[in-house]
Amino acid sequence: MANRQAMPKQDPQVRSGNFQEVALGFSEQQARSEAERCLNCKRPLCVEGCPVEVPIPAFIARIKAGDFPGAVEKIKEKNSLPAICGRVCPQETQCESRCVLGRKGEPVAIGALERFAADWSREHTGAKPPAIRAQRAQKVAVIGSGPAGLTAAADLALLGYQVTVFESLHAPGGVLRYGIPEFRLPKAIVDQEVAYVRSLGVEIRTSYLMGQTLTVQELFAEGFQAIFIGTGAGLPYFLNIPGENLNGVYSANEFLTRVNLMKAYLFPEYDTPVKVGEKVAVVGAGNVAMDSARTALRLGAKEVSIIYRRSREEMPARREEIENAEEEGVVFRLLTNLVEILGDETGRVRAIKCQAMELGAPDESGRRRPVPVAGSESEIPVDTVIVAIGQGPNPILLRNTPGLELNKQGYIQTDPESLATSIPGVFAGGDIVTGAATVIAAMGAGKKAAKAIDEYLQKTSSD
Amino acid sequence: MPMKILGKDILAPNIARFVIEAPLIAKKARPGQFVVVRHSEKGERIPLTIADYDADRGTIVLICQGVGKSTREINRLGTGDVFLDIMGPLGTPCPIREGGTVVCVAGGLGAAPLYPKIKALHRAGCRVITLLGAQRAELLILKEELAAVSAEVRCSTDDGSYGQKGFVTQLLREVLQKEQVDEIIAVGPVPMMAAAVQVAEEFHVPVLVSLNALMIDGTGMCGGCRVTVGGKTKFCCVDGPTFDGSAVDFKELTKRLSFYRREEELVDHSCRIGLGRGES
Ligand SMILES: Cc1cc2nc3c(=O)[nH]c(=O)nc-3n(C[C@H](O)[C@H](O)[C@H](O)COP(=O)(O)OP(=O)(O)OC[C@H]3O[C@@H](n4cnc5c(N)ncnc54)[C@H](O)[C@@H]3O)c2cc1C
Ligand SMILES: Cc1cc2nc3c(=O)[nH]c(=O)nc-3n(C[C@H](O)[C@H](O)[C@H](O)COP(=O)(O)OP(=O)(O)OC[C@H]3O[C@@H](n4cnc5c(N)ncnc54)[C@H](O)[C@@H]3O)c2cc1C
Ligand code: SF4
Ligand code: SF4
Ligand code: FES
Repeated sequence: MANRQAMPKQDPQVRSGNFQEVALGFSEQQARSEAERCLNCKRPLCVEGCPVEVPIPAFIARIKAGDFPGAVEKIKEKNSLPAICGRVCPQETQCESRCVLGRKGEPVAIGALERFAADWSREHTGAKPPAIRAQRAQKVAVIGSGPAGLTAAADLALLGYQVTVFESLHAPGGVLRYGIPEFRLPKAIVDQEVAYVRSLGVEIRTSYLMGQTLTVQELFAEGFQAIFIGTGAGLPYFLNIPGENLNGVYSANEFLTRVNLMKAYLFPEYDTPVKVGEKVAVVGAGNVAMDSARTALRLGAKEVSIIYRRSREEMPARREEIENAEEEGVVFRLLTNLVEILGDETGRVRAIKCQAMELGAPDESGRRRPVPVAGSESEIPVDTVIVAIGQGPNPILLRNTPGLELNKQGYIQTDPESLATSIPGVFAGGDIVTGAATVIAAMGAGKKAAKAIDEYLQKTSSD
Repeated sequence: MPMKILGKDILAPNIARFVIEAPLIAKKARPGQFVVVRHSEKGERIPLTIADYDADRGTIVLICQGVGKSTREINRLGTGDVFLDIMGPLGTPCPIREGGTVVCVAGGLGAAPLYPKIKALHRAGCRVITLLGAQRAELLILKEELAAVSAEVRCSTDDGSYGQKGFVTQLLREVLQKEQVDEIIAVGPVPMMAAAVQVAEEFHVPVLVSLNALMIDGTGMCGGCRVTVGGKTKFCCVDGPTFDGSAVDFKELTKRLSFYRREEELVDHSCRIGLGRGES
């Protein structure tokens, strides 16, 4: 069996100084060689690992045959955002983790092939909107334009509904726009996918903070007959430790939003500034922390470290992103707990106080619980601290929607099958239901909800 | 959504008033709420208070003081131009008490955010004493508008060019010495609000302030607008901007407001001396 094709990447030395994409994508030659590896299994386990069930062997077979436009068509039957998923899906725990080749050797590079097909068609043919079936009279509103909202909107438009998306920020895309950095997901690709959704007839209205500008009740009054809520988990958590409001302490959301959405990396051409200084500490070890650390390096920080209470095995970020960060020079301070942020007299961060941890008995999650080592406190000088310890549900829409039931953690309670909420005609999906998860899971929820909304509307219109 | 400027006038040097077509926001706005505006593709997201609103006409009023690059550029827009985006209304409305005597203290531009509150208090049957302070006479804005909805308006200027000479907090002290006051609302520069809170505490009168933390999204998504109130971290854009003044950590707010001063000066300088963007 031939070896898995390696994804060509920008050299770490070079890329840590620019915002261009790190992974460069397969050449046609590479894609076809990689496609050759796929066994075209009768019962493809890989498909079971994909939350939206992309017909993997079928699209790979088309790549093998050199039919690249055909490949992307096949993917788009199930996944309307392949250029994005091919880049940011955690394939190693999803489709690729189930590939039979992975048992003895390396699985097929499904993500890279998906990305290849999507990029090829974008570069060569452009996205062609499929013919839309019977135009239906009913109007559907989608709140939030992240992957969940965009997918629900696209699927509903394909079913012939009139869809309007309401987004609070000035640009659509959700985390794809403000969170995931340019060097992992170029914004031109997000633009293209958004343009595709628009080409289906979806209207996207930006700068509408739903719950404030308009409420769910008002949407119904305006003639929308069903509503999908996909507002994400955008509320940043803080540590609640002393010094957290010093200047130079950012939530990852603020830091990444300044850079991605507001383009602070192009300051002063763009007006929004961001400051990283020389030494940056990023607290947390998920994808968001890796993105923050690597962004800080690209903004010119000399030393960027990840501060994490547990050990390497427990780091929640994708392996690939941890490796990328390491190659670029991010330092990992593991088994290290941040206890206090210290400031100077002007209110600016000057150092962090940390404590060494060791692993004790397993906790409820089965992971060994980190416990502080007595007398191990130390001070590390830094100028900037980025807090990336997770996000929760933003309360604005929720508290302005009477009758909407939430679960204990404050996320929207839905029926797991139909994604229906406690309000008739209102459906919800993505991070606002599950808590912070993945792009593809949010898309899966958007698809499921579109189907359920279609059934709901067919039923109500025939009543 | 882009929104059209229907009218503009200059209230004082560097301070412009815009009447903007924004029917949805006009319908929803309540005193104390604000919007976030973006005036150009490369511009910042700038929070501005809704200084008045008219649901029937579908208009809102914004009053903008040119203090840096973005606000100066905003003030160059004229009637017929559009704001690229205006999002709102944002924030939690200011509580409006029914009846009683309320002293509203405005420092400089603070008169703008106070106006809708005073109007609402007046309508709710309160006796409103409005104290207007500014550096000099020409910077005292909205005198007539405020007089129409206040029982009494008194002015002070730092240089004595109009009204009483000195700080507006001195006027506040004088009122509190003579009158039984149920509530104070103070809006203006941070040092002025901090001083007003001190005076209010001396006289044991509850005091509300409106905080102007630096903001990005204005929707609770970034946490950049963190302020400490009563020892707890609050997001100014969602939990505020109106807070109980005696619980606010003004020292921290002052420091947080100064964080980008160097960058602000950098862009503002290149803007004022007419260099192209990005060339400085
Ligand atoms: C930095 C970062 C990196 C990540 N990296 C990866 C990765 O590599 N792979 C992966 O699979 N996942 C990754 N994720 C997770 C993934 O991005 C999310 O799980 C996914 O975006 C959730 O989609 P969503 O549509 O539910 O919500 P979001 O993408 O959060 O979109 C919600 C949208 O709703 C809008 N909104 C919120 N409230 C309102 C309101 N009241 N009115 C109107 N609009 C509103 C928001 O502005 C936003 O645009 C990452 C997340 C972050 C933050
Ligand atoms: C809820 C809220 C409501 C507001 N309402 C109004 C309003 O109705 N009219 C109005 O003119 N302004 C208002 N502001 C302040 C306005 O948003 C700032 O003046 C503006 O963001 C400055 O941007 P700039 O680029 O022009 O100046 P910058 O170059 O960013 O700053 C210039 C100078 O102003 C200071 N500064 C910057 N931001 C603020 C701020 N938020 N508060 C106080 N000082 C600041 C800087 O430290 C600097 O000294 C409000 C702010 C908030 C948070
Ligand atoms: S969408 Fe994601 S999980 Fe599904 S096949 Fe593509 S890369 Fe794999
Ligand atoms: S499991 Fe692996 S080899 Fe089999 S079809 Fe899927 S990708 Fe191809
Ligand atoms: S401005 Fe971002 S949370 Fe308040």
